[in-house]
Amino acid sequence: MRSCAAFPGGHCRDGASCDGALRLTGAAESDEALLERFQRAAFDYFIEYCNPANGLIADTSRAGAPSSIAVVGFALSCYPVAVERGWMPRAAAAARTLVTLRFFLISEQSEAPDATGYKGFYYHFLDMQSGHRVWQSEVSLIDSTLLLAGVLTASVYFSADTHIEREIRELAAALYQRVDWQWAQGGGATVRQGWKPDSGFYHYGWEGYSEASILYVLGLASPTHPLSPESYGAWTATYQWENIYDCEFLYAGPLFIHQFSHAWIDFEGIRDEFMREKDSDYFQNSRRATYVQREFARRNPHDFKGYGARCWGISANDGPGFKTLTVDDIERRFFGYAARGVPFGPDDGTLAPGAALASLPFAPEIVLPVLRALCERYPHMTRESRLPGGFNPTLPGDGPQGWVSEGYFGLDQGVIVMMIENHRSRLIWQLMRRCPHIVAGLRLAGFTGGWLE
Amino acid sequence: MTTFSAAPGELTAPNGSGGRAQPLNPEAMALRENVHPPDWRNPEPPGRYDFVVVGAGPAGMLAARGAATLGKKVALIERNLLGGNCLNVGCVPSKALLRTSRLFARMGDAQGLGVPRPDGVRIDLPEAMQRIRRLQARLSRADSAARLREHGVDVYFGAARFTGPTQVTVAGAVLRFKKALIATGSRPMTPAIPGLIQAGYWTNEDVFNLEAVPRRLLVIGGGPLGCEFAQAFCRLGAHVIIAQDEPMFLPCEERDAAQILSDSLARDGLEIHLNTQVAAVRKSGGDKVVELVSEDNRNTVVVDEILAGIGREPNVENMDLEAARVEYDTTAGIHVNDFLRTTNARIYAAGDVCLAHKYTHLADATARIVLRNAFLRGSHRLSSLTVPWCTYTDPEIAHVGLYVREAREQAIPVKTFTILMHDVDRAVTDGDEEGFLKIHVKDGTDEILGATVVARFAGEMINELSLAITAGIGLEELGRVIHAYPTRAGAIKMAADAYFRMRLKEAAS
Repeated sequence: MRSCAAFPGGHCRDGASCDGALRLTGAAESDEALLERFQRAAFDYFIEYCNPANGLIADTSRAGAPSSIAVVGFALSCYPVAVERGWMPRAAAAARTLVTLRFFLISEQSEAPDATGYKGFYYHFLDMQSGHRVWQSEVSLIDSTLLLAGVLTASVYFSADTHIEREIRELAAALYQRVDWQWAQGGGATVRQGWKPDSGFYHYGWEGYSEASILYVLGLASPTHPLSPESYGAWTATYQWENIYDCEFLYAGPLFIHQFSHAWIDFEGIRDEFMREKDSDYFQNSRRATYVQREFARRNPHDFKGYGARCWGISANDGPGFKTLTVDDIERRFFGYAARGVPFGPDDGTLAPGAALASLPFAPEIVLPVLRALCERYPHMTRESRLPGGFNPTLPGDGPQGWVSEGYFGLDQGVIVMMIENHRSRLIWQLMRRCPHIVAGLRLAGFTGGWLE
Repeated sequence: MTTFSAAPGELTAPNGSGGRAQPLNPEAMALRENVHPPDWRNPEPPGRYDFVVVGAGPAGMLAARGAATLGKKVALIERNLLGGNCLNVGCVPSKALLRTSRLFARMGDAQGLGVPRPDGVRIDLPEAMQRIRRLQARLSRADSAARLREHGVDVYFGAARFTGPTQVTVAGAVLRFKKALIATGSRPMTPAIPGLIQAGYWTNEDVFNLEAVPRRLLVIGGGPLGCEFAQAFCRLGAHVIIAQDEPMFLPCEERDAAQILSDSLARDGLEIHLNTQVAAVRKSGGDKVVELVSEDNRNTVVVDEILAGIGREPNVENMDLEAARVEYDTTAGIHVNDFLRTTNARIYAAGDVCLAHKYTHLADATARIVLRNAFLRGSHRLSSLTVPWCTYTDPEIAHVGLYVREAREQAIPVKTFTILMHDVDRAVTDGDEEGFLKIHVKDGTDEILGATVVARFAGEMINELSLAITAGIGLEELGRVIHAYPTRAGAIKMAADAYFRMRLKEAAS
């Protein structure tokens, strides 16, 4: 595989050195201990913000927040991590998982505006208590996919021949098999992004590389209502392979795009047609995207405070709100929750520390220094060992970290837990290699080589 | 109510907005004298013409003059004003208006360049409009009716109607021809929105006679025209709401280009409604009440004026094309083959009336094809053209050649070399860092398939890449071209350098 000039020294997976990580071994707290601390704190979110009656997890820690189905998917995937790390007994994890799966199976699936889902998919946001649709949210195909990925993770992990674990597997199969992926194409070549009972499908789909890889993999593998075989090719036809900062990669601006599908699927060494053409794979791609993030922060074209080689992470995340302010005699536009991206923007100086940390498996030699730097520079922000949804050192706040997002976001905590675990033990990746739907979906998408052989 | 000054020539008053007639000022009179002299007398047809051109826009005038230069007996028929949309209500006046709005907006940046903005800066719209007419009058001199006559072109004013495969009538005269060209151009499409016509709306044809900027303006459509005018009027002081029924502006362009434009429009202060359709319009007193629908959300906005910029449709009506055996439809326009011949082999078409891409420079290029094919035994093809285009927002968005998706649909592997304008020295020194250059090459080669430039003056930069594609110059070869430093076009050299470094790496590995 070709390397990128933007990161001459960092090829951990290729056998070269991990300079940043090695330099830090002399620090008071070992890397392992540091990661354990942040991973555990992230996991605890799912304990603190869960409705044990139905397994739903709050989207954020803010008062009155609804549940996000994607966050539930992350939670289901994190319970096995907690069991393996000794943070939760297996029986308790299985019980939580079962409650969650039972809720989704019996919840209302219909065109009613307050149902929980439709066609096997689910509304993006649900009431924490009733599980009904809230905020007039859409039936979200990607968020449903992330939920189903969690469901399937549970079905693989809870493999014991016990009543509870058998039921988990049965419910997981039922939930997956009832999803009508064909409907999700809405008659088009690719999958639509959402559907609402009053207005039908959003009239646009996925264009360009995105976090939807796992959506296509699970959709193609469906034994009941699969996506059309051509749909994956139709989507990848919109990819753009770019040379940016002398680094060649499949471009997508926000960092989370290079992480979400990877939280479940080990893309290292396996290639679809596109990556065969480019002599790369999606793991390498995420690694390069991570380096491009660092390079952008080094160049810091908009002169934002805090940006640098040890402080980056530009992604879809919370922000200070949509407003224009003059800061240090410079007029700045700030955004609320927005998909920030590199290098084309938008970029308002807001950093997503969780997104940086979630790149750990791809490029630990540059990610660990970021975590160290966050702890050193912004101790107030990191003292709980749980990373906020965003911070903006350019916008004055209570300390050098500047503005800090209130509370925590479940998505951030979920991907942090999973990606730290994939870095530490590859647990989720190993589990999902055993998921027949993942394997079948990858093959139907044209992936070959590596662990698929 | 927004008021209007006198319209030059036959320019129409805004739809339903009650334009009022005033005596023509000297600039308007000068323009009119060039593009449709009030005392013009059509010539007497001398017999059979070698070439009759219907429509005196950019394509028609170029073809008429070119044929006359070849010694052909040529007639040029124009229903309204010489110069067509481009000179009278299109590119020329709109770019002049954009210049005014851009200058005004740039004053906001002056402080950052060490130039405190002077007090009392304001827009003088009547003066800006006067300037537009002055420029139109000046630019129209080169192709005035009198000059065309001097070049040997018989100019007829009036509506053309075909009365057979080889003859056409205009103002009572019958013109017989050996060959003909239809270049009648296009006009703004009318949105099918309940209540819009009754409430009154503008198109681009109506905005160049304004005396005051509307306080609240709704722009319908987020294509090039809608975005240009929305940004211009916002910068001129209007509260502009723009409604686009797609998830992004300029839906045909690169996603990142559209995103940068969206950010730029938002920074200017536009109220942006993407994925939004205009469901209905009604009058309420002096206001126009507009219902917007986005997915399952409905909301109402109140504006003073509405500008529709949803696209253009070909002018194919009222010419009795059936009599000429020329096939057409009202969407695609006149049907032509790759040599720009219509279904009547004696009749050609060029420009907006037959093309999907409605650009002045493409009208020009197709007129040249017609001249070669009609009179020089040529067999030049429309499909062989490399056509750049540019949306003149700030930043400008220019493109040439294939988009990545088009290349991939043709199974062509693509690699894109991207340079950010914030890495281009001249862009940095000028404070124009927004945007990028993307050059798409066929993977494994340096063959340039296409390029997109998002930058201030992107329209100037795209021409080098258009030349490269047309001449078959690869990206490696472009790297050997010394580019003056510092210039924005240095971005092209930087992309070529990136290609060169990639080749070195490949050679080393």
